[in-house]
Amino acid sequence: MGIALQIIDIAAASIPPDLRSARVERVNLKIGKLSAVVADSLRFCFDIASKDTPLAGAELAIEETPVVARCKDCDARWTIAEPVFTCQACNSGALEILSGRELDIVSIEIAEEGGNEAGGG
Amino acid sequence: MKPVEDKKPTREVRVVSRVLAVNERMAEQNRRRFAEKGVFVINVMSSPGSGKTTTLQKTLERLMPEVRAAVIVGDVSTTHDADRLAVTGAPVVQVNTDAFGGDCHLAAHVIEKAADDIDLEAVELLIVENVGNLVCPAEFDIGEDARVVVLSVTEGEDKPVKYPTMFRTCDAAILNKIDLLPHLDYDKAQAVAYIRQVNPAMPVFEISARTGAGIEAWIAWLREKIRTKLKVEG
Repeated sequence: MGIALQIIDIAAASIPPDLRSARVERVNLKIGKLSAVVADSLRFCFDIASKDTPLAGAELAIEETPVVARCKDCDARWTIAEPVFTCQACNSGALEILSGRELDIVSIEIAEEGGNEAGGG
Repeated sequence: MKPVEDKKPTREVRVVSRVLAVNERMAEQNRRRFAEKGVFVINVMSSPGSGKTTTLQKTLERLMPEVRAAVIVGDVSTTHDADRLAVTGAPVVQVNTDAFGGDCHLAAHVIEKAADDIDLEAVELLIVENVGNLVCPAEFDIGEDARVVVLSVTEGEDKPVKYPTMFRTCDAAILNKIDLLPHLDYDKAQAVAYIRQVNPAMPVFEISARTGAGIEAWIAWLREKIRTKLKVEG
């Protein structure tokens, strides 16, 4: 829930001033497979917490990033599918996690009103 | 035939921000504050019912008064854990997260506030007993020096591989309730193997908080950590 609230804060603050009244259709997120986030729970919390905010009704589009590790001993790189954190090549346990811990907001998508009804001025 | 996706036209606004950037900044602030005051901070996490509170009670009994300690206890509600820990004589601050929306974890700003109620000058060790949960707390840095996960033999052996983020981000694991092993079908070797699979270098302390078995090794590890930090900061 804390994570959903942060997403709403950051996304709401990112709406350009001239589009304050427009609807946010989508929030694009990048979430690593090794982050402690369960997509369905996050969507559930987001839907509840976004009520009465500019984000109400927006969809969370989640791109999952794989866990990529590098062995500090032999420099091998590979994608970790199962939770096994030892080097496939040399069996070392000294790994650097290159990706998979992301929990980032990439962008928000705001509805374009059909015509060009702005422009007055 | 209309294979075109029915997507409304949208304007994309780039954001590119870490979702937890605010928490991370606050955690760094906490870390600096604790370093200035010469306080070693451990963040203790587990699923509910693993014996965290009893383990900490026994830990405080062995460390105090030689090590001056204080505790911040997080629960969604009630002060039961704080009441149990207060018996040790350590100052205890209870945080109920229902005041913060019923959160399932302690965030850095909550720790910042709770620490205001502790005389940090008079303390060398601050133990944070996080909310019982193996998921979210892993994601929230609170400004700690070390993270410890408590697991008990009445849970599944495969917890470490089910919650790899938690076990990857911790510095030590405590396997509690080993006094119950004779009554269970628990495969302890398998559980330790799973921990090593996720975090090969992590020390695992097999203890019974109830009987005190194995607890000395854990205490020795913790003492060493405290000593190292306090020495560095002189």
